[in-house]
Amino acid sequence: MTSQPGGYYLPSPSLWPVIGSVALFLMALGGVFIMNDASGGTIVLLAGAAILIYMMFGWFGTVIGESESGKYNKQVDVSFRWAMSWFIFSEVMFFAAFFGALFYMRVLSVPWLSEADTGALLWPGFSADWPASGPAIADQFKPMGAWGIPALNTAILLTSGVTITIAHWALKNNQRSKLNWFMFLTIALGLTFIGFQIYEYGHAYADLNLTLESGAYGATFFMLTGFHGFHVTVGTIMLIVIWLRCLKGHFTPEHHFGFEGVAWYWHFVDVVWLGLFVFVYWL
Amino acid sequence: MEAVHEHDHGHDHPSGIMRWVTTTNHKDIGTMYLWFSFTMFLVGGVMALVIRAELFQPGLQVVEPEFFNQMTTLHGLIMVFGAIMPAFVGFANWQIPMMIGAPDMAFPRMNNWSFWLLPPAAMLLVISMFVPGGSAGVGWTLYAPLTVQQGMGMDLVIFAVHILGMSSIMGSINIITTILNMRAPGMTMMKMPLFVWTWLITAYLLIAAMPVLAGAVTMTLTDRHFGTNFFNAAGGGDPVLFQHIFWFFGHPEVYIIAIPAFGVVSQVLPAFSRKPLFGYASMVYATASIAILSFLVWAHHMYTVGMPVEAQLYYMFATMLIAVPTGVKVFNWVATMWKGSLTFETPMLFAIGFLFLFTLGGFTGLVLSLTPVDVQLHDTYYVVAHFHYVMVAGALFSAFAGVYFWLPKWIGKMYDEKLGKLHFWLSIIFFNVTFFVQHFSGLAGMPRRIPDYALQFADFNMISSIGAFGFGLSQLLFLYILVKAIRSGEKAPEKPWEGADTLEWTHLPTPAPYHSFETPPTVK
Repeated sequence: MTSQPGGYYLPSPSLWPVIGSVALFLMALGGVFIMNDASGGTIVLLAGAAILIYMMFGWFGTVIGESESGKYNKQVDVSFRWAMSWFIFSEVMFFAAFFGALFYMRVLSVPWLSEADTGALLWPGFSADWPASGPAIADQFKPMGAWGIPALNTAILLTSGVTITIAHWALKNNQRSKLNWFMFLTIALGLTFIGFQIYEYGHAYADLNLTLESGAYGATFFMLTGFHGFHVTVGTIMLIVIWLRCLKGHFTPEHHFGFEGVAWYWHFVDVVWLGLFVFVYWL
Repeated sequence: MEAVHEHDHGHDHPSGIMRWVTTTNHKDIGTMYLWFSFTMFLVGGVMALVIRAELFQPGLQVVEPEFFNQMTTLHGLIMVFGAIMPAFVGFANWQIPMMIGAPDMAFPRMNNWSFWLLPPAAMLLVISMFVPGGSAGVGWTLYAPLTVQQGMGMDLVIFAVHILGMSSIMGSINIITTILNMRAPGMTMMKMPLFVWTWLITAYLLIAAMPVLAGAVTMTLTDRHFGTNFFNAAGGGDPVLFQHIFWFFGHPEVYIIAIPAFGVVSQVLPAFSRKPLFGYASMVYATASIAILSFLVWAHHMYTVGMPVEAQLYYMFATMLIAVPTGVKVFNWVATMWKGSLTFETPMLFAIGFLFLFTLGGFTGLVLSLTPVDVQLHDTYYVVAHFHYVMVAGALFSAFAGVYFWLPKWIGKMYDEKLGKLHFWLSIIFFNVTFFVQHFSGLAGMPRRIPDYALQFADFNMISSIGAFGFGLSQLLFLYILVKAIRSGEKAPEKPWEGADTLEWTHLPTPAPYHSFETPPTVK
């Protein structure tokens, strides 16, 4: 159904959501099978992932088509802004759970293991100096230093925040070629960041003996940087989609929330990284 | 009525099952939420009856202890995430657009997805019972380290929780956006019906709390399969860490369930008292205060886990503080009825039942907030009694009140008032038979989540089990009342409740048309 011109756009019935539900169901089932060594898990997981990707192409394609044909008025635009803001807030709360775990372990649970009588009786000789693994983990590891690649990555992400802002100004001033170039630059910086992270993980496993199983430090290090890296990857894919749309001539100086929403998301992963750099790598 | 445009949209809507699969209409989606919720209510109810059948007599008679544990776990998860929460999201879908004069929810397609994520999640929960090792037998709180030691049923439960969380977050974003951006001209924030206010606040609780639960179960998953040590002291972690993260979600979750129930009651009581809600502004502020406080009290679920006494004191006082805004609400409801022109149709009966029994549940909550008392009562049936007064007599009764109240507006037909009243009296009597005695067995020290018990608890448990089966059967009467109303109910008058004064009653015909408020009404 479409309401009268100028009204709030209400989409027609759509099959995309239920396709997405089937996809997530299969992915969950496949994931459980793989983790429990049951047969057929990989196929089910991949089928679910393929359906999810198909759904995203279809659903987002529909939204882009609706947007480009001018169906979204000012009020719809405001809806998107509220929704994206609160979605990002929910993501912040997701990371908060893992930062909470990090602070709890660093400040409370790891020191408790070496403190007072219980520490001395249960885990004699365990020193709780951070970075620590755990009293029963024999493997020694070296922590990731902050001033090599991580510092470089900080600079890369901060720079990418600047380049995407320049791209946004260019879009607002209708300087399309500047827009395209600075979008390209932002994506290149994002991909460089991901590449460095992959290299760093290899370095951690190969040279530092720092793994997911390295106790408190390993778990919080890999889970926080891992989920952040995943979000950067998603953000980069979003940037690429927006860039391709820019190249196709989408967006106008007045009407480009698709662009802005992705820019907000990019700034969000940037801010999370600053928290990571300070609390995971540096301090 | 001038604001309503009748259109024939039949041509672009699939019919049959595909109408429901693909719908982007807030009323269709609300209906699906409500039926899904009722189905899950029956499934979770059968699980409760398995528990009560086993506890009818001391000793092990009906089920294996492992299966008993799975029943307590799934009963809790299904009732919280499958029955109560979707019921109120169903109300939100039906009512919020009509109450604020909007054409639909802000994101109709995402609204459809929020609903259609629920059946796969429910399927994962049900499938978990049939995999090797059975479902998770850990309690709905999913405490480590037990969760780390479970079979593959646990993984299915974890992913079900993930998907339920996605559904809740999308639903909440939709509700917040609808309320903030879709109100009719003149519908200022402080003119919104209280039900809308309570959902706005609940939606904020959801987007702040659900991601944290997702984080907690993700850590459980990686501890299980990927070698992390979040909840393992040998690796520097701590099982208590799980409890902190879980209850940071879990306590707001209590209010995620209760606050929309407050909203429904705040619509029903004024309508049948034929008076405006007493202290509207203070109701709004009290609800917001409860929501904020709910994030600052989580460790009162953990008094016995080993905590510094300063922390216990803080959590005790902060928890007692919640009684202040809750008291404001209770007194406002009573004052709403004071000198009103009261009539006692079924919705009003359930609302008054809510008022009595929720307050009683609130008082036992106050008792449990006291650390020294809680150390005695922790994990006893006193706690079970307490939260069933809040969940069943609070949230569920309020949902019943809402269904009876709005059913004429939704389907244009009346329910059978006599049977409705019978449903109320059966429910409230059997509810109290079931749960009131649990206060006594709890005070006497009977632990929860154990399939067997000492002989001195036998009488209490037998009474409780009889009440539970009576309560369960009474809900089949509710199903009959609904089916009868839908199939052969009397045609509802344009305005069945003379005291109801929100937009859906004053500006829309009965039953409400498929598309309402395509042109927004002007609110004075």
